[in-house]
Amino acid sequence: MPRLAPLTRRLTRPRRGSGLGTAVGRALTVWRRSVSARVVVSTVLLSTVVVGAVSWLLVAQVRDGLLDDRVRTATAEAETETVQSVERLAGGSDFDVASQLELVAAPLSQRGAVRGYEVLVARSDADPASDLTSSGSISSPGLELTSVPRSLREHFTSSAQLAWTWTSLRRTVDGETVSVPGIVVGTQVQLPADGRPYTLYLLFPMEQEQETLALVTRSVLVADALLVVLIGGVTWLVARQVVTPIRMARKVAERLAAGRLQERLRVAGQDDLARLASSFNQMASNLQRQIQQLEELSRVQRRFVADVSHELRTPLTTVRMAGDMLHDARSDFDAPTARAAELLQVELDRFERLLGELLEISRYDAGAVALEVEDVDLRDVAERVVRQTATVAASSGVEVRVREPGRPCVCAADGRRIERIVRNLVTNAIDHAESRDVVVTVDADDHSAAIAVRDYGVGLAPGESAMVFNRFWRADPARARTSGGTGLGLSIALEDAHLHGGWLQAWGTPAGGAQFRLTLPRHAADQLRHSPIPLLPADAEPVR
Amino acid sequence: MTSNDRTSSSADPDSRGRVLVVDDDASLAEMLTIVLRQEGFEPAVCLRGDEALAAVREFKPDVLLLDVMLPGKDGIEVCKEVRAESGVPIVMLTAKGDTVDVVVGLESGADDYVVKPFKPKELVARIRARVRRLDAPVQETLAIGDLAIDVAGHQVTRGDEVIGLTPLEFDLLVCLARKPWQAFSREVLLEEVWGYRHAADTRLVNVHVQRLRSKVEHDPERPEIVLTVRGVGYKAGPS
Repeated sequence: MPRLAPLTRRLTRPRRGSGLGTAVGRALTVWRRSVSARVVVSTVLLSTVVVGAVSWLLVAQVRDGLLDDRVRTATAEAETETVQSVERLAGGSDFDVASQLELVAAPLSQRGAVRGYEVLVARSDADPASDLTSSGSISSPGLELTSVPRSLREHFTSSAQLAWTWTSLRRTVDGETVSVPGIVVGTQVQLPADGRPYTLYLLFPMEQEQETLALVTRSVLVADALLVVLIGGVTWLVARQVVTPIRMARKVAERLAAGRLQERLRVAGQDDLARLASSFNQMASNLQRQIQQLEELSRVQRRFVADVSHELRTPLTTVRMAGDMLHDARSDFDAPTARAAELLQVELDRFERLLGELLEISRYDAGAVALEVEDVDLRDVAERVVRQTATVAASSGVEVRVREPGRPCVCAADGRRIERIVRNLVTNAIDHAESRDVVVTVDADDHSAAIAVRDYGVGLAPGESAMVFNRFWRADPARARTSGGTGLGLSIALEDAHLHGGWLQAWGTPAGGAQFRLTLPRHAADQLRHSPIPLLPADAEPVR
Repeated sequence: MTSNDRTSSSADPDSRGRVLVVDDDASLAEMLTIVLRQEGFEPAVCLRGDEALAAVREFKPDVLLLDVMLPGKDGIEVCKEVRAESGVPIVMLTAKGDTVDVVVGLESGADDYVVKPFKPKELVARIRARVRRLDAPVQETLAIGDLAIDVAGHQVTRGDEVIGLTPLEFDLLVCLARKPWQAFSREVLLEEVWGYRHAADTRLVNVHVQRLRSKVEHDPERPEIVLTVRGVGYKAGPS
């Protein structure tokens, strides 16, 4: 993964030099590549949701419990206070509205200061929309009269029943208004002085409940966080247990793919992963066996070809010597026998060449070919080959011309093999040139040197340019061949070219001639990318 | 041992040399005797590897043609055994052109090798090159390094000590010693010593120079008699 990271970064980075992009890219890479990361992240996300929901329910339950409790105590207290107020009024001696109100409110306020609630006494039949202060109400000190919601006041314009509601309790302490949630419970009493209904509002602040709830919520949140982290950790551990064997399997599979067929997974236990490992190993063993079988088969076959060629050599030597002897003595024979001796000689040459090439091919197949690399100037090679083939060319009425750039075309190669390739191409071209010229082009650039052999003869049918390199392939099985090629020449040439890390390619059109191009890297280890000579010759007829 | 028609020419004054053919293929062996006799040699045949040494002792050939694959004992072994007691020129007949076999053959003491299938003329040229030195014994003494070479007596001495060389090694040394001012390329040496007309395997030269050095040099790692001329070939050390 570290090796590939820069590439991924390059692919996912939105802008050059964006640190954020890099970080996102890296995270994406981890996400895409790591199963355990995905498992851990999704588990953490899901468990966060679940734990959150559970916690919310829990907190809601606690809150409801607290509130219910508070409401119950508040209403009970309000009822008790109301009953006591009514008793106080009944037992009182003042018949003045203000003093009767005072009689109701003062003990209430005192008790409220002790028990922690605020009191407001107001006329019930006042317009709920109006301000409470204007209707001659009495309240605990510091209490903002807006703490009693209008809805409750409206309730008491038509009903005398006890009622309560939530409110936000506002008090002014040291010039600052503090607001806390609370319950306001209202009850109605009738003042004997004026016979009018007055409402007693008892406002219970719920600071304590709020604190309790906050504490519970905080604890639940901390527990949640711990739980999620714990789940994440556990998931990571579990995922690792599964992922580690998978990663091992991946590594072993990669090694198998790289050809190390003896690599196996370690099987521990009997769980699913162990069974996966043993199945994997079984697969690897089967593969290895099959590959070995194929290798063995191919080795046996190659060995057979080599042995056959080899075994033919000794009898061929004898026949060769006998043939030579007959050939030398042919002047003593009558004409037909002399001709037979000549034919024997010619065919023996061909047989010998064929056998030599078969052995050469079997050496390639066995991978037993070593190059003797030196600096080779392809111009020299072309000159030499043209000189060597001059006789054959002349007898076929073909002129072989060399076109060279006038500067060295040097490459690192095995000179003997390169010369053999070029000789093969040139004799091949002469063979198929139909008495037209053959042009050998040599060129080189900084990375490669190339030699191309162009003829203007029968050419190649579509698709044949790849088949010409097949062993014993013939364009037209019925066609007579003059130079007596073995059918292995181009295959050997191709093997030689590949051995050099070079290319050997063919181009041709029917009746438009053909061009064979050999491209070699200038330095033995170089990779070829381009050839200095185009495969499609400049004088080729445009494709119709 | 199977010798073929030996009585006819054991003292033949016209014989160009006695050639022992060791090859298990009877047809090839017979064909070889026909060709060799036609070329004026006196041939004999041995069909088994384990009988070859006795045949060499009995027939005393001037050249030994030795196949690599032999029943009884393979050609490389035979070559070593023969070389241990005789400097007779050995030409290996090999059906393998592979580097390893050729080098192993040469290192076991063969002077030259011919790859089957060979042309008869090629083989005869090689044999001739091996027996050529019999033709013209000239009285001549050469010096190379601290060695003295008696060409006619076919002897190399360092002081009073005689150094035993095979005929080929001797020829190689003489060739270098005759023109101590000249550096010989491997190709030239092949032509002068082995009698090749065409370019051939220069490994022949390398292997035999190593063998020669191991016999004549004080320290084969730092040669003083057969010097390597980098990029060219070899030359004789100053005498």
